[in-house]
Amino acid sequence: MSVSTSVVSINGLSKVFGKGGVTALQGIDLEVERGEFVSLIGPSGCGKSTLLRIVGDIIAPTEGEVAVNGKPARKARLDRDYGIVFQAPVLYDWRTVAKNIALPLEMLGWNRAKRAARVRDMVELVELGGFEKHHPWQLSGGMQQRVSIARALSFSPALLLMDEPFGALDEMTRERLNLELLRIWAETGSTVIFVTHSISEAVFLSTRVVVMSPRPGRVASIVPVDLPQPRTAATREQPRFFELVTRVRESLHAVGADEVEETLATEDELA
Amino acid sequence: MAARVGKRVVTFLLVLGGLWALWEGYKWLWERTAWSKPFRVDDLTLPHAHAILLQLGESTSTGDDLWLFLIRAALFTAKSAAVGFAFGAVVGFFLGVVLVQFDVLRRGIMPYVVASQTIPILALAPIVVRGLGSVSIGGSPPPDWVRVSVIASYLTFFPVTVNTIRGLRSADPWALELMHSYAARGWTVLWKLRVPSALPYIFTALKIAATASVVGAIIGEQTASISNGLGGAILNFNQYYVLEPKNLWATNFYAALLGIGFFLVVLLAEKVVVHRAPERLV
Ligand SMILES: Nc1ncnc2c1ncn2[C@@H]1O[C@H](COP(=O)(O)OP(=O)(O)OP(=O)(O)O)[C@@H](O)[C@H]1O
Ligand SMILES: [Mg+2]
Repeated sequence: MSVSTSVVSINGLSKVFGKGGVTALQGIDLEVERGEFVSLIGPSGCGKSTLLRIVGDIIAPTEGEVAVNGKPARKARLDRDYGIVFQAPVLYDWRTVAKNIALPLEMLGWNRAKRAARVRDMVELVELGGFEKHHPWQLSGGMQQRVSIARALSFSPALLLMDEPFGALDEMTRERLNLELLRIWAETGSTVIFVTHSISEAVFLSTRVVVMSPRPGRVASIVPVDLPQPRTAATREQPRFFELVTRVRESLHAVGADEVEETLATEDELA
Repeated sequence: MAARVGKRVVTFLLVLGGLWALWEGYKWLWERTAWSKPFRVDDLTLPHAHAILLQLGESTSTGDDLWLFLIRAALFTAKSAAVGFAFGAVVGFFLGVVLVQFDVLRRGIMPYVVASQTIPILALAPIVVRGLGSVSIGGSPPPDWVRVSVIASYLTFFPVTVNTIRGLRSADPWALELMHSYAARGWTVLWKLRVPSALPYIFTALKIAATASVVGAIIGEQTASISNGLGGAILNFNQYYVLEPKNLWATNFYAALLGIGFFLVVLLAEKVVVHRAPERLV
């Protein structure tokens, strides 16, 4: 595998919190190619967020190396190579929707006109037209998360890191935003690493699903998702979709994930 | 909109009427029963509320009517208090910012900042006022009101510093990580995240400081024997209380109104400056 096509390249990564404390991650190897949509799934506490934060150089690994766009993670962060979306929208209350989206652009030193033009595009991309002047608390949870996605995409980063971005939303909103995210991913051609607790969400969105095991966090198995693109609401009804969901679920059971995620019950009934 | 304003006015009038009824009811009851606890009530210790109002039309020894005399005094005090408030707020804010940025400084300096507030203002004011009186700025000592405003700022800066520190620290950890992901510099994080996060806290402090600055100015005037303001008026009318108690009562009302006015100005500024979810306003 040549390094040049990898957007993220993780080698022998380990993370121990505190001196002789919790081993959150151990011996992680993972390559993410340009244009991929990779989901991380695994039981709570298996180190998904930790892995994402190390890729984003928010925390440092104990051992091993992370390269983003062929550079050390720190260099990639300083070059603003990635955008990040957290589980909560993390919007600034004192800024309007437009100003929130423009935040990273201000830091990049874009001038007012350029910022305004980009914000207009982004608002259109996440379909929030008419809400530019609203403050975050005047929006629904799903709309807030869309602002957060627009903000992460505003400066066209090659890589998008998403940590359970739709975890707090209801099923209907989540499915709509899933479709929207896929459309944006296709339009922008970016690479996504996506943390989720939902098996169906992981399968529906991804080109590959990385199943992680806990204590210590490792990559247990990788499930390639060969569902055709573009994915639509009908994708969720294809037999292949259910086969893949079952495969991911079995991998999760194999790593001792006892917690059954909420969407499983309904999927069983359908299957 | 008009209905809401109308409702406010009605509430305000009702509360005002209630207070008046309490005042007069208390006076009536205590006079009737001749209770002497906590103190005997008569026209000397507690004049009628309307009598105090009417007193405003009486002329004073300066030749002005009382209401005008008190407005002049209140404006003088307001000037020192406002300048002191602004100065104290700015100093308090920057002190807070510096102390948060440099932890070593905070541990070294904070005890003295706290200690400064344990010195009774009554002991400190004469020293400051006299000390500044012997300082020469451009050939002459600073005018009276400037010296008084220093006292006012002394009472103002402390709550602002404490709340600025607390507010700057209140920034959401995720928002800080977001800034880190943008490779934002320390000053950018301060300006774009920490200071806006701190604003509700700072405004809470400013509300406390607004009234404190009026009190500080009045005490400053009294200890410096400056007679143009409300502080001087209070001392003067206190001396002649037995002859005319209503003058002092009226002066106290002016002082209270001035404090409320300061508070309302800060409240208004907060409404304009702080854009926060209504329930998240501290
Ligand atoms: N800052 C920290 N200090 C100490 N331990 C930590 C820290 N952050 C995470 N951990 C530990 O590392 C392990 C992995 O945590 P992490 O947050 O990455 O899990 P996760 O897979 O994202 O879980 P969840 O699905 O619940 O979000 C956990 O055991 C956690 O207790
Ligand atoms: Mg997590």
